[in-house]
Amino acid sequence: MKSGKLLTSFVWLYLIFLYLPVILLPLFAFNTGKIIAFPLKGFGFQWFYELAKIEALHTAVFTSLKIAIITSILATTLGMFASRAATRFSFPGKGPIMGLIMVPLVLPEIIVAVSLIVVLIKVLGLGLSIWTIILGHVLICVPFSIAILNGAFRSLDKSLEEASIDLGETKWSTFRLITLPLVMPGIISSLLISFVISLDEFIIAFFLTGSEPTLSVYIWGMLRFPARIPAVMALGTIMLVVSLLLLTASEYFRRRGLKRTGVQDTGGFV
Amino acid sequence: MKPIIDLINVDKSFGDVKALKGVSAQIMEGEFFSLLGPSGCGKTTLLRTIAGFEDLTGGVVLIDGKDMEGVLPNNRPANMVFQSYAIFPHLNVGENVAFGLRRKQLSLSEKSEKVKEALDMVGLEGYENRAAHTLSGGQRQRVALARALILRPRVLLLDEPLSALDKKLREQMQTELRRLQRQVGITFILVTHDQEEALIMSDRIAVMFDGQIAQLDSPFDLYTRPKNREVANFIGIMNFLPGSASQAKKGFLDVTVPGLGEITISEDQAPAGVNGTQVGIRPEMLTILLDAEQTSDRETPGKVLEIDYYGDMSYYSVAVEGVTDPLSVSMRNTAGRKALNKDDKIRIGWSSESLILLD
Ligand SMILES: Nc1ncnc2c1ncn2[C@@H]1O[C@H](COP(=O)(O)OP(=O)(O)OP(=O)(O)O)[C@@H](O)[C@H]1O
Ligand SMILES: [Mg+2]
Repeated sequence: MKSGKLLTSFVWLYLIFLYLPVILLPLFAFNTGKIIAFPLKGFGFQWFYELAKIEALHTAVFTSLKIAIITSILATTLGMFASRAATRFSFPGKGPIMGLIMVPLVLPEIIVAVSLIVVLIKVLGLGLSIWTIILGHVLICVPFSIAILNGAFRSLDKSLEEASIDLGETKWSTFRLITLPLVMPGIISSLLISFVISLDEFIIAFFLTGSEPTLSVYIWGMLRFPARIPAVMALGTIMLVVSLLLLTASEYFRRRGLKRTGVQDTGGFV
Repeated sequence: MKPIIDLINVDKSFGDVKALKGVSAQIMEGEFFSLLGPSGCGKTTLLRTIAGFEDLTGGVVLIDGKDMEGVLPNNRPANMVFQSYAIFPHLNVGENVAFGLRRKQLSLSEKSEKVKEALDMVGLEGYENRAAHTLSGGQRQRVALARALILRPRVLLLDEPLSALDKKLREQMQTELRRLQRQVGITFILVTHDQEEALIMSDRIAVMFDGQIAQLDSPFDLYTRPKNREVANFIGIMNFLPGSASQAKKGFLDVTVPGLGEITISEDQAPAGVNGTQVGIRPEMLTILLDAEQTSDRETPGKVLEIDYYGDMSYYSVAVEGVTDPLSVSMRNTAGRKALNKDDKIRIGWSSESLILLD
């Protein structure tokens, strides 16, 4: 079929454009040459060794991990409350309220960053710290968390919770025994997405960072020194591998969760 | 027999929708009670108010004489089998059935003994370790039953428990459910929109329309003495003819029906009293007289308009002079019975005892 061939080649082109830069990352990371250019010089781990020597980088990684973990827990907890309320109860002004919560999904991050800076420094008179970054990250992660958890809560049959209460459990023990295990794939998915968003986020972190830069801010700083670029490539390679491992693990757990509950798999984010 | 559930003027509104309008009924201890009615008439809502999942807008629900206002579902002596069965998908069959025992002070061996007993009761011996999602519809339904019965509730509430099953399995489960109810002696309240199911299984049936109980009676009385046209139409098929009645000698009524003539019926045949305006007669209470030797109490000439063949039965649509709508007559297709054709001139035989006068 002609249109079939056309489509196939389109898909291949798309994939090449999407992943070519990503493939270049490890290519230059393992290249022993000092400049990013073909032909490649030789194969070696020297840029990775160099990474291990940069003290400030380690602090940045640690800061980023701290921020990403706290952000993902806070955003998922808040997302859980909001999506639970949105799927189970109706209250006056529900539509507009949910709309407002979801706005950061489409709001440019620079606006979030600038307005947060104005509020935090000018209005509240607070200093910048990792908690200001966390605040900003939670703000942009909550909509993603809600979007994921809404699906999980909506596909949860209300009569399962009612049956548990009918059989003698309280509202809280029902949440622990029935609701939580059944929406767990959604929770893991939300934790993971929030974690990755926070880890990758640059603009908010750049504006709201105090004395401790995050990894993304640190990388941006490194890019100004051409000598450091191969090391950045090595760092990127590590982040790529870690992300892929995390996503694979989450998909594995998500599928296992679905299989156990016998729910039809309607596809996740990956 | 004493009432276990007393519904007094129960009202329930969802915003502007009045789902229940002044429902009053008494459900007796150990009874198999059915709520029958068309979709949206409030059956589920009534069941849920008894279970405690809906707050009342008005009225009182008594269980065992105690007002249930403010009593949560987990503290009511009633358990529910949900329409979707609500089998916990992340627990296996044994864990599902044992769920209600979590808060009981029982040893592990006592619990597994009880689970085994409950599973035996519903015919699922040895299913303890099966995963919930490997069960068929009928098996899920049995697990839901075992899970609710393990607590030995005073009342078991069942919301259309058989509607998801195919016809064969449904009929089998109807008998089993009835047997189980007799065996455990627990009061069952069954919601159904299937009139046949309600007739087969129940001691008493409440027919509901539009948030109200239209009639509450035994299956026999409901079928033979429906109070109004709506009930009569919902349960089985009935021919309706306009009629007017007047009091005859004590205990009897004289009814005039255009096309059929003057008929005397006993007062017991007029569930709605002398003011009834319709006469009803079921198709199987009419016979087609095939030859001159066959006679009946009362006879009316007619002409066959249409024949619907159902295998064991045939339904004949018969035009009778003076009656506006053709009458529906049903006959068993017994061996050697002469076949009828369209436009055959026949006589319909009936008896005054088969008539009822209703609203
Ligand atoms: N939670 C609710 N919110 C708003 N309206 C409701 C709610 N539950 C029921 N109703 C309305 O109350 C009426 C009775 O509903 P109910 O579910 O009791 O009917 P039913 O007899 O069980 O019908 P079915 O045979 O279709 O299950 C319907 O008009 C329904 O739309
Ligand atoms: Mg219903």
